[in-house]
Amino acid sequence: MSTTTSPSPSPSAATGARRAGAGPARAFLAVLWRDLYVTGRELPVFLAQVVLQPLFLLFVFGKVLTDLGFAQPGYTRVLFPGILALTAFVTGLQSTAFPLVIDFSFTKEIEDRLLAPLPVGMVAVEKVVFASLRALLASLVMLPVGVWILGSIPWHAGAAPLFVTVLLLGCLVGSCLGMIMGTAVPPNRINVMFALILTPLLFTGASQYPWKSLDHLPWFQVVTALNPLTYVSEGMRAAMVPEVPHIQPWVSVLVLVVTITVTLAIGIRLFLRRAVD
Amino acid sequence: MEGNGQGPVVEVRDLVKRYRKAKTNAVDGVSFEVRRGEVFGLLGPNGAGKTTTVGILTTRVRRTGGMASVSGVDVGADPVRARSLVAVVPQRNNLDRSLSIRQNLLFHAAYHGVPAAERARRASALLEEFGLADRADDKPDMFSGGQAQRVMVARALMHAPEVLFLDEPTTGLDPAARLFVWDRVRDLEARGVTIVLTTHDMDEAAELADRVGIMDHGRLLALDTPAALTRGLPGRTTLEVAVALDGAPSDGLLDELGRLAGVERVEPVASPGALRARLYLTGDAPQLVAPVAAVVAGHRAQLTDVTIGTPSLEDVFIALTGRALR
Repeated sequence: MSTTTSPSPSPSAATGARRAGAGPARAFLAVLWRDLYVTGRELPVFLAQVVLQPLFLLFVFGKVLTDLGFAQPGYTRVLFPGILALTAFVTGLQSTAFPLVIDFSFTKEIEDRLLAPLPVGMVAVEKVVFASLRALLASLVMLPVGVWILGSIPWHAGAAPLFVTVLLLGCLVGSCLGMIMGTAVPPNRINVMFALILTPLLFTGASQYPWKSLDHLPWFQVVTALNPLTYVSEGMRAAMVPEVPHIQPWVSVLVLVVTITVTLAIGIRLFLRRAVD
Repeated sequence: MEGNGQGPVVEVRDLVKRYRKAKTNAVDGVSFEVRRGEVFGLLGPNGAGKTTTVGILTTRVRRTGGMASVSGVDVGADPVRARSLVAVVPQRNNLDRSLSIRQNLLFHAAYHGVPAAERARRASALLEEFGLADRADDKPDMFSGGQAQRVMVARALMHAPEVLFLDEPTTGLDPAARLFVWDRVRDLEARGVTIVLTTHDMDEAAELADRVGIMDHGRLLALDTPAALTRGLPGRTTLEVAVALDGAPSDGLLDELGRLAGVERVEPVASPGALRARLYLTGDAPQLVAPVAAVVAGHRAQLTDVTIGTPSLEDVFIALTGRALR
């Protein structure tokens, strides 16, 4: 085994370079780049992972059921914005929750980043930013998937500003909730918790039905109003199919902004508790 | 004042840590300094507070009281700056399994703001030095404990830290891997890297550390060079002698040996066909060899073997705590 010592860095030699180059912003970007790099290398696997579920939902509810006559043809216009919201929300949630549980409880891989020269809270923020980018990518991929399965997707001139706003908020709110789950749930409960939390979230988020249509089922309307996903779905419908009765867009946006602020604050707190003893 | 080459590079004063919901302090008023270029060992059983002390110095554990600084940077007040000055090799493999070995090194340096060209140069040099060059593109999940250890040391050096913390660096390694780590530690010391290592292995502490702090129950019980710690342990230096009697009577021989100046007590050691005895000394062993030989000759017997037993850090630990290392 060769043990040449000369080319290695000496402690004093690199000090100047480090002092000049280091900085929390730079460290933040490097940490984000690591996550993007790893996702980029596994892009097909990642897309299959996040697009398959909405794709099947869209196919069975939007195509099969309408073709068989169990659902009205107009249903796809209600369904597609909801599925888009679901994709953004769930992908964001899974992209923070799963890796954090695994990192903190098993692999400890995150330790190297917790020891990078940036505030630990910024590592948490990086996780949210990264998860939101993944969620955004997954949602955008759903657009051509929707055209492919349904033949066309609802759109109209002037939809873009609200569409982009709600999509970004949907990605963020899912990622922030995922951070809470990933840092609060003990590792031995992870399976149960995902079943008990994720499944109800999927079906109480007004993705498959417009919230206003629940007037005849008031108790369920109240339950769905507690799910942040409802406001993403309703905001998406307000943008893409404004003719369908929906929650006022400003209400949806306001609820999402408040939810993101609160869940991010809680998420960072919980993250700090796990990261620093 | 930061990194002026003089003075201690690590300073710990009256450090206290009590974990949430704990009834006692994990670290209970510990003070020590580590000089630049020194290998400093924290020795003690599991649960003594070594890893917590290192955790505070590396910003992963928040202190409850006292002061801890690295190169003059208070690790509690300015953890971001402190993190650029320290590097940690943890007990457990925490390598990034999504990245190759080389990428583990490169990304680590990127987190620390090392410029790209410099990153690549350092990674190549360290991979070569640590015998990892031919596996640089492998993922770490197939690596043995010893190999992962090497990668983690190489990774830690990528941002040229002021102090390298090694937490139980050889626990669970096979003897060859252990020797490799020891050699690397000596290389690093020769290169001027300041090292703080924790261990519950006496031999390791004695072998590697310039100075050793002995910890138990969160307190630092003693701090000195291994030689100074073992010196001044009365009755711990022994002289073991074997005597061929050739029919001469052994009566009184042991008693007479026990009466020699500097001998605390004598114990016979079971040994077929010869007389063996262990003398527990209050002073240095070599000075007693001649008087012992004289006594043996006076009994018309022959001295066939002499072994000097010097006290180990284990003996120091027992003397300090009244029990063996767990």
